[in-house]
Amino acid sequence: MHDIAVDASLKGTHPPAPPAPAAARDDFEIVPRAGLPLVAIVLGLLIAGIAVNELWPLTFLHVVGGAGWTIVDLFLGFVLGPILGHLSIPARIEFTKKLMPKMVLLMPTLVTVTLAAGWQLGVHMGTVDSSFALHGWIVASFIVVGVMAVIALGLLEPANIAVLFELKKPQPNPAVIEKLMKRFIYTAGATGLMQIATLVIMTKLASS
Amino acid sequence: MSALAEPAAPPHGDTGERPLPPVTPLAMTSLALIVAGGIYLSAHIPKHVPLTPAIVLLAASALLLVTNLLLLYRVSGFPWGRFFDVAKWALLGYTIIAGMIEYAFLRNHLKGGALVVLTLSLVVFAVHVPVLIGFTVARFYKPETELAPSAA
Repeated sequence: MHDIAVDASLKGTHPPAPPAPAAARDDFEIVPRAGLPLVAIVLGLLIAGIAVNELWPLTFLHVVGGAGWTIVDLFLGFVLGPILGHLSIPARIEFTKKLMPKMVLLMPTLVTVTLAAGWQLGVHMGTVDSSFALHGWIVASFIVVGVMAVIALGLLEPANIAVLFELKKPQPNPAVIEKLMKRFIYTAGATGLMQIATLVIMTKLASS
Repeated sequence: MSALAEPAAPPHGDTGERPLPPVTPLAMTSLALIVAGGIYLSAHIPKHVPLTPAIVLLAASALLLVTNLLLLYRVSGFPWGRFFDVAKWALLGYTIIAGMIEYAFLRNHLKGGALVVLTLSLVVFAVHVPVLIGFTVARFYKPETELAPSAA
């Protein structure tokens, strides 16, 4: 896992540093409204894909959603996280303000599409049937996804929303932002590691 | 029109949190129980399996949800306004997600006890996640750090 460097100025044992700059609080949307139609379109495609129950649309939705989810988790946890840890506080805040609202819409959409299309694909292909030869691998994928879901829903998503509310304050508290961003990036890293297990399982299933 | 007073900067290095009940660990345990029940049921499809383990897991999960709400209710001065501001929108979002999952169940002709257990599990999920999000935002809420109308 990466390390999120905590500036000396952020630690309580050091002399006080100035709070997050007031410039950091210019207006931004916690939930980017411009993205909502896109989410609606994607969810509409998901409903249509499940309704028609054909191999190609379900495979498309599952693979595209899963690839997006995996890439975002790995990139956040292992590439962006370490970079973020080494930025100055104003740069970190500025970056967080740009990134996190997008994550509010992106991640739940990717996860919903991947799981719902994946389940329907499994029903269509018969791979979720307990008589399937590699059923143990399927159950393993349920467990991996289940653990990722609990981490994402219990830690990652609340931290994502809370950091945006903190940044909306006239005087955001750097310690709160630091704490929540650390939680966000660490959990993204943990789910990134679990995504590697997902890749192992899915490639095994696809090649059998 | 009143001017907006600039609130004081928060003390440095201090998140300003006060002791609160363990809402996050309880919620994560509740979600884990639901997930375990879902995995138990889906791992046996299409065989008929006893519903008792899934019902026990669901009941334990629901109990944790109620416990969490009671613990929060007992916190004096908890910023419920901020909590509901956030939780209501999260509830809308997670209701849509739960609805999508329910649609997939119905599309695959799931019925009987399994459908009831999974539907109730989705209800617990769709309520507990917004509670957790609302709590995480509200725990850092400090009225004195928000914009307030100036006395001038």
